[in-house]
Amino acid sequence: MEIPESIKKKLTIPAEEHFYAGHTACQGCGAALGLRYVLKAYGRETIVTIPACCSTIIAGPWPYNTLDANLFHTAFETTGAVIGGIEAALKARGFKVKGEDGIMVVGWAGDGGTADIGLQALSGFIERGHDAVYIMYDNEAYMNTGIQRSGSTPYGAWTTNTPGGKKHFLEKRHKKKVIDIVIAHKIPYAATASVAYPEDFIRKLKKAQKIPGPSFIQLFAPCPTGWRSPTDKSIEIARLAVQTAYFPLFEYENGKYRINMPSTKREPKPIEEFLKYQGRFKYMNRGDIEVLQQWVLKEWETLKKLAEVFG
Amino acid sequence: MAGYKPIRKVVSGNYAAAYAVKHARVQVVAAYPITPQTSIIEKIAEFIANGEVENLQYVPVESEHSAMAASIGASAAGARAFTATSAQGLALMHEMLHWASGARLPIVMVDVNRAMAPPWSVWDDQTDSLAQRDTGWMQFYAENNQEVYDGVLMAFKIAETVNLPAMVVESAFILSHTYDVVDMIPQELVDEFLPPREPLYDLTNFERPFSVGALGTPADYYEFRYKLQKAMEKAEKVIREVGGEFGERFGRDYSSMIDLYRTEDADFVFMGLGSLMGTVKQAVDLLREEGYRVGAAKVRWFRPFPKEEIRELAKNVEGIAVLDRNYSFGMEGILFTEAKGALYNSKARPLMKDYIVGLGGRDVTVNDIRKIAENMKAVVERGEPDVEVDWYHLKR
Repeated sequence: MEIPESIKKKLTIPAEEHFYAGHTACQGCGAALGLRYVLKAYGRETIVTIPACCSTIIAGPWPYNTLDANLFHTAFETTGAVIGGIEAALKARGFKVKGEDGIMVVGWAGDGGTADIGLQALSGFIERGHDAVYIMYDNEAYMNTGIQRSGSTPYGAWTTNTPGGKKHFLEKRHKKKVIDIVIAHKIPYAATASVAYPEDFIRKLKKAQKIPGPSFIQLFAPCPTGWRSPTDKSIEIARLAVQTAYFPLFEYENGKYRINMPSTKREPKPIEEFLKYQGRFKYMNRGDIEVLQQWVLKEWETLKKLAEVFG
Repeated sequence: MAGYKPIRKVVSGNYAAAYAVKHARVQVVAAYPITPQTSIIEKIAEFIANGEVENLQYVPVESEHSAMAASIGASAAGARAFTATSAQGLALMHEMLHWASGARLPIVMVDVNRAMAPPWSVWDDQTDSLAQRDTGWMQFYAENNQEVYDGVLMAFKIAETVNLPAMVVESAFILSHTYDVVDMIPQELVDEFLPPREPLYDLTNFERPFSVGALGTPADYYEFRYKLQKAMEKAEKVIREVGGEFGERFGRDYSSMIDLYRTEDADFVFMGLGSLMGTVKQAVDLLREEGYRVGAAKVRWFRPFPKEEIRELAKNVEGIAVLDRNYSFGMEGILFTEAKGALYNSKARPLMKDYIVGLGGRDVTVNDIRKIAENMKAVVERGEPDVEVDWYHLKR
């Protein structure tokens, strides 16, 4: 559909679509939205690498491709290595990579493929300084294999291998802070983003495009199927994750931290606000909620201090 | 002999591989160190440091799994890609070997044959590479350093013609670290033989976006496998053609997938892979002087497997003594299984016996081959093997 120029001017995110309708994502899928924004930011001269994850299916079976960009499917743990290899090949062949007029090399991997099995390749990718962007879309479990816990699953969450029952067995570890591991590499640019804030996400994607070397974005992407949440609440849940400081939005650039949201001036909303629409948290008792609340606030204080000292 | 002046260098097998990578104008090398492969990638790094290569991107990855994954990314993005490994490293790569062939990427890898642990061993043994039999990779076994060099150059040409990856295999230390004279080919002649790669698909072509490696439903997956097999069948023809062309251009003929040595009037032959067959050839000469009518059949390409050539050979001999520096547990030596299998539906079925030799780098000498010849002669005379699989070196 042609968008009138008068409306185009008012749009704060690019109007061009490079993610086709007819994909196979579930209703309310945060990952599908996220990938759509990535391609809006980078356009079709993008080579996307997708390991085993929901997006393998979302992109469509052979011979289909939901993406209006070239797509290389790869094995679970290899995103960091494959995008490094693609970048090296493009350089050897004399192409401009990254930057505003270069080919964008993008890794698009889920939290399991990043926080767990793919962590080693991610580390190698950052350490070697490839000109590529690695985006971890974080839906906090192995959704494609049927909702099993990953290193990124939060405390108190139900998953199919951390179920709630009479003995009250739920995920007992706090969410692995992949972004902190990434920052420990002294990466040129890392950020968190959320599908509830597309302008912020696209701004960060554009920044990642301009800054030479590797970039990493951890995108909060709700999964109604795995989170047992209403399909029309994905954006609201993602927004509440930010407002409660459960998933604060911030950037790390050149050694400096900058918090985007929530405001550091106000107290974050209580964690119950984030939990309320999600069936995966329904087994939590008061004590569990308190444990998660304390963890969130402690992490939030740490981040605020980092932004204060290294802002 | 072809009319050109070779560049004669005394190099190790590993350096021979590195020079071939240089001469093949490889664009991306992604590799991880492992003994005894390391000096290949060290030498390549030296070429870069000294400005002896142009446009070679060197990616020092954090594991062999990533070495193959990065090679896959590089090859998918149109570059000529190379890596090298050994034993545990090759085993770690295994998953991605399937990915390389399934995505039809003509990556070339040198595997320096090394025994699998435990117990730890860094010495020669073919089980690491032969265990990759079903990954869809072509496999070339080099007898000496010259064949390592020639093998890498031919492997790129063959791989890029049929869009399948290829492994060039050399023995740990026996070749990798032993210096020998290698006739290298002037760069301009290599360039004529091996032009720049023309990729099957190119991720830099955005005219009509496409995806590689997407989910294949039961309605389509089967045909992808069939096409891979068809590529292997085509590879047999291409291997013979490229091997013949190599002979015409450079004077060393590789048009046959098995290398026959003094087999014309042989009563029985030794069959094996790689550097082991150098020792065997020497033993054949001595045994001939001693009155044995023996020959050697060196299997150059293990995948695709030279069924036709083995069937031809079988017509003319009474026995085949297979020398396996490898083992498939619960069965027998791997080459023995394959060679027997190739002959099952053929009329010519000579007596065959499997000699397990040299596992974990144990020395295999001319004298060992002589003893095996004595035993095999008796087997052929008796008309049946004493045992089918003979653990030759056992301390009994």
